[in-house]
Amino acid sequence: MKHDKYKDNNLRQYLSFFRMRFIAGLQYRAAALSGISTQFAWGVLGLLLYKAFYETDPNAFPMTFQALASYLWLQQAFLSLFMAWILENEIFQTITSGGIAYELCRPIDLYGMWFVRSMANRLSKAVLRCMPILIFAAFLPSPYGIGLPPDPIAGLGFLLTLVLGFLVVVAFCMLVYISTFFTYSPTGIRMVAISVVEFLSGGVIPLPFLPDKLRWLVELLPFASMQNVPLRVYSGDISGMDILAKAGLQLFWVVALIWLGQSITRVALKRVVVQGG
Amino acid sequence: MSLYMKFMGIHLKGAMQYKISYLLTMLGQFLVSFNVFLGILFMFDRFHEVKSYRFSEVLLCYSIVLFSFSFAEMFMRGFDAFASTIGNGEFDRILLRPRNIILLVVSSKIDFTRFGRMIQAVIILIYGIRKSELVWGPARILTLLLMIAGGVVIFGCLFLVYASICFFTLEGLEFMNILTDGAREYGRYPFDVYGKAVMRFCTYLVPYTLFQYYPFQYLIGRTDRLYYLLYPLIGCLFMIPCLVLWRFGVRHYQSTGS
Repeated sequence: MKHDKYKDNNLRQYLSFFRMRFIAGLQYRAAALSGISTQFAWGVLGLLLYKAFYETDPNAFPMTFQALASYLWLQQAFLSLFMAWILENEIFQTITSGGIAYELCRPIDLYGMWFVRSMANRLSKAVLRCMPILIFAAFLPSPYGIGLPPDPIAGLGFLLTLVLGFLVVVAFCMLVYISTFFTYSPTGIRMVAISVVEFLSGGVIPLPFLPDKLRWLVELLPFASMQNVPLRVYSGDISGMDILAKAGLQLFWVVALIWLGQSITRVALKRVVVQGG
Repeated sequence: MSLYMKFMGIHLKGAMQYKISYLLTMLGQFLVSFNVFLGILFMFDRFHEVKSYRFSEVLLCYSIVLFSFSFAEMFMRGFDAFASTIGNGEFDRILLRPRNIILLVVSSKIDFTRFGRMIQAVIILIYGIRKSELVWGPARILTLLLMIAGGVVIFGCLFLVYASICFFTLEGLEFMNILTDGAREYGRYPFDVYGKAVMRFCTYLVPYTLFQYYPFQYLIGRTDRLYYLLYPLIGCLFMIPCLVLWRFGVRHYQSTGS
């Protein structure tokens, strides 16, 4: 590999990859509109369901109802940043169809290229979708809508943990892509990974709703460093020094997952077999 | 019907060529609905009941909805890929064949990976029935069967509507997902949990409550109104507008030409 020679150019290359993918993603406006209406309905139903639980027993509710409402709306608004099922079929096809041979000819690190590409894909979707949902949610009456963060620290903490959580998601999804090198048919691993992430990251029910015995363990896993942290920091459910502790854990997982991904990529590329062409 | 079985055999053989992937996909399917199950379990671990429905009752409701959805999905998901069937001209070929159009579309893609969800639906249904602490007399059993049958018909119709819309838009519409996948996700709780507005929507626009909420009230012994068990049959009338829409779509069909 001749990667090293081109290192100074790397940043520019990554930026242009990012831009290409980002602009391509912005083209699908009709799909975004249809998706937004689905997400509204999804958010409203989720809210009504938790309301029913809240009315049954407000004392058993592990967070304030306002915090939960913010959690649900932010989850819908930033769906494409955090959902593990947003994977790019093109990358899977590149590996299974042998297009990987072309990718390897490029003088750029494969891992970095795909990483940037997934980031851009998710970001472009989020940019299209988040504003209408957030604006709609902001106009809902008090405990059901989304309020401002309780203090500036929560706001800043939200932004910081949002970025870190996003990186954890992308780094994890890279592992799913890379696993295709070893299995040839990605569907199975993909589905298992998606459902594990979905539950353990707080996609099905927010993690505070888990039984306490289970919760402390789940909170340590990389999955809890995804949407769980920023969505709860925003409404003040995680506050003070806890924000820093959680952010530190997120940072650890970002580094660990990227390191793991890159090492596996190196192993995979040594034994990659391009089937015909 | 025998033709359908034959198509099924062909698809099964095809799927079996990739055994590990097939098994993993089944496992994945299984985990997806297992997530929902865990979600219900943990919520009830904390709250014990919601709108005075107990865990066992919600579980029974969920299992009935999941079972009818999975059943409908396994046979009708051919419509899921209908946008591409129109897009690549496959539908022209189907129109040329001297068989029922719906049958041919449905059997062009039978997805056995959905068996995972199906198996799980069966397990949860059995578990739900055993945990329900109900006395299963003939009326209850009949209610259960009618609920499932009604659910299959209504979900099947929704898949048909999804495909019919493709005639006009040439692409799938994501918002239809809220009516199918959304109803499966949120239909795990009886619809009155969501309040009056949702109840009305789910009765008069898409008649989910006719196979879920009303007969379910009779099933868990909340009401003595025996006629509630016939509501799923009324729900089946939903077929009429759906078939009309489908016919209308087929008549309107213009080949994409490719």
